[in-house]
Amino acid sequence: MSTYSLSDGLASGAPRLSRAPLLTSWVRESGVGILASVAWIAFGLSCLWWEDVGDWSRTHSLGIAAFVIAAVALFGTVGADYLGSAGRALRQRAPWLVVLGVVLTLWEVATAKFAWLPLPFFPPPQSIIEVYTDDLPKLLDSVLASVKLQLGGYLIGATVGFLTGVSIGWSRAVGYWVHPVLRFIGPLPATAWLPIAFFTFPSSWSASTFLIALATGFPVTVLTWSGVASVSNAYYDVARTLGAKPSFLVLKVAIPAALPHVFVGLFMGLGSSFAVLVVAEMIGVKAGLGWYLQWAQGWAAYANMYAALIVMSLLCSGAITLLFSIRDRLLVWQKGTVKW
Amino acid sequence: MVAATALAEIDAHLAAGAALDIEQVSHAFDIDGAEVPVLSDVSISVEPGEFVALLGPSGCGKSTLLRLVAGLDKPRSGTLREDEARITRPYPSRVVVFQDPTLFPWRTVWDNVALGLEAQGILKSQRHRVDAALDLVGLASFRNAYPHQLSGGMAQRVALARALVNDPKILILDEPLGKLDSLTRITMQAELVSLWQRKGFTTLLVTHDAEEALVLANRVIVFSDRPARVKADIRVDRPYPRHRGDPYLADLRRQILGLLGLDATW
Ligand SMILES: Nc1ncnc2c1ncn2[C@@H]1O[C@H](COP(=O)(O)OP(=O)(O)OP(=O)(O)O)[C@@H](O)[C@H]1O
Ligand SMILES: [Mg+2]
Repeated sequence: MSTYSLSDGLASGAPRLSRAPLLTSWVRESGVGILASVAWIAFGLSCLWWEDVGDWSRTHSLGIAAFVIAAVALFGTVGADYLGSAGRALRQRAPWLVVLGVVLTLWEVATAKFAWLPLPFFPPPQSIIEVYTDDLPKLLDSVLASVKLQLGGYLIGATVGFLTGVSIGWSRAVGYWVHPVLRFIGPLPATAWLPIAFFTFPSSWSASTFLIALATGFPVTVLTWSGVASVSNAYYDVARTLGAKPSFLVLKVAIPAALPHVFVGLFMGLGSSFAVLVVAEMIGVKAGLGWYLQWAQGWAAYANMYAALIVMSLLCSGAITLLFSIRDRLLVWQKGTVKW
Repeated sequence: MVAATALAEIDAHLAAGAALDIEQVSHAFDIDGAEVPVLSDVSISVEPGEFVALLGPSGCGKSTLLRLVAGLDKPRSGTLREDEARITRPYPSRVVVFQDPTLFPWRTVWDNVALGLEAQGILKSQRHRVDAALDLVGLASFRNAYPHQLSGGMAQRVALARALVNDPKILILDEPLGKLDSLTRITMQAELVSLWQRKGFTTLLVTHDAEEALVLANRVIVFSDRPARVKADIRVDRPYPRHRGDPYLADLRRQILGLLGLDATW
C-alpha cells in the first residue's frame, strides 16, 4: 500500500490503537474479495432458490459453478499473500468480480425467475451456457470458418496494402498510376462490392476473401504510403553518405521509419474487415459466426445469438490484442506507446 | 586504457587523407520563387591530411558547402574534386557528422554505429570495428540502448562513432561538439586531434567557436555573411597539443572575431 490517509498516520502514532491499522489494512486488501464472494453466492442462490419460469437444463450446474467461483474469490483474495502473482492478479480484479456477480444475479432474477424482461428476446444466463454445452460442434465449426476466412483475407489485404503503400511512397511512377485509382476506389465501402463480387468470383468464399482483403488493404496502403512519404530526408542523407544503395534505403530506412504508421493502418484495417466478414457471412458464405447469427435469428434462437455474439467479441478482441503485442515487439524503440 | 586499444584497432585500417578541391563553387536556393544566393564563388584547396576549420556567421552557407562536399547536392556552378575525381554523389570515403545527430530511432546504439558497414555489406567480417568505435567515444556500455534513452551529448558522440567506423578519407564535421558540455567537449577535441594525427584523414570542421577552430585546425577559413565568400584563410602553425592560453592563438582569435564583426566589443 503506498497511500496513507490521515487516520492511518494518527493510528500508528498511538500505541494503544496498534491493532486497528492491521485490521483496516486487512479489510482494505481482502474486503473487496469477500464482497465478490458474496455477490457470486447471491448469484448461485438466485439460480437455485426459485423455480425457473421456463425449461432450462443447466440452471442447477450454473448455481454450483457460481458457488465454486465464490469460493475461489474468497480463498484467493484472503490467502493472496500465499498465492504469489496469481493472488495479486485476483485481488486486482476483485472489484470487477463484484460487479459481474451483481449483474449476473440481476440478470438471472429478471429473466429466468420472474420474467420481468420479455422472455425469448432476453434469455437467462443458463440458456446461453446451454448453447455452449449442447451446440458446441456447430459453434466451433463456425468459429473455425470465420477465423480461416478472416485470416486469409486480412493477410492478403495487409500484404498487398503494405507493398502498394511502400511502392507509392517510394516511386513517382507507381504513384502516378496507382494514386488516382486509390482515390477513386479506396473510399468506397468494401460491402458495396458485395453483389458484384458474389457473382464474378468462382465461389462465395473467394469473393469474401477479396472483400475482406479490400477492406484491409485500403487503410494499410494509405497509412503505409503516408508513413514512407513522411520519413525525414535527414535519415536518407545519413544513409547515403555512409554508402547505402537504394534497396538499403527502402528496406532499412523507409520501412522501419514508416512502421508506426503502418500499424495504425493495420488496426484500422482490422476493424473494417471485421464488419465485412460478418456481412459477407450473413449474405453469401454458408458458414462462420455471421451465418450462425443469421441462422439463429431464423429459428428465433435468441440464446444462440447471444452466445455467438460473446464468442465473436472474444475473437475480435483477441485479434486486436495479438496485433498490439506484435506491434509492441516490433516497435520497442518507441516510447510512450498505449497499453492495450 | 580502453580508448588506447580502440585507437590501435582503428589504426589497423590505416587510410590516408584525400585532397579536396573546391573550385569556384556557387550555389543558390529558390525560396518562394526568388533565388537566394548562398555560396558565391568559393574556392578552397585542401591538402591531403589537412585539418580545416570553417567559421562564419549563422546562416551564411557553411552546412550547404558541406552538403556539396559530401555529394548530397550539386552546386549551381563550379566543381568539387576529391583526389582529382569529380564529386557527383555521396561515397563513404567522405563521411559527414551532421549538425543534428539524426540517429535512427529504431536502431540501438550499436546498430546505429554499424550502419555504414552494414550498408556497404561488410559488417559480418568487421563487427570489431563497431565495438572499437563505441569504446572510442566511451559509450560501450550503452550499446543496446535506443536513441531516445540518450542525452543530447551522448547522441552526438554516437553520431561521431558512426562516422569514424567507416575510416573516411575526408571527415566532414558540422558542429559535432556543439551540444556537448564544456568538459566532454574539451576531451572530445583532444580525442579528435589525436585520432586525426594517427589516421591522417582530411578534416573539414564547421564550428561557431573561434577558440575551438584554433585549438584543432591547422587552417581556419572565415566566411562572409550570406552569400558566403571566403573572407580570410588563416594558417595556424602551432604544434599540438595546443594550449588555450597561448598568446599567439589569442592574437589570432582577436583577428578572427574582428573579421566576424565583433571588434567593437572585443
Ligand atoms: N534546402 C534548403 N532550401 C532552401 N534554403 C535553404 C536550404 N538549406 C539551406 N537554405 C538556406 O541557405 C542558407 C544557408 O544555410 P546553411 O544551413 O548552409 O547555413 P549555416 O552557415 O550552416 O548556418 P548555421 O551556422 O546556423 O548552421 C540559409 O539562409 C538557409 O535558409
Ligand atoms: Mg549549419
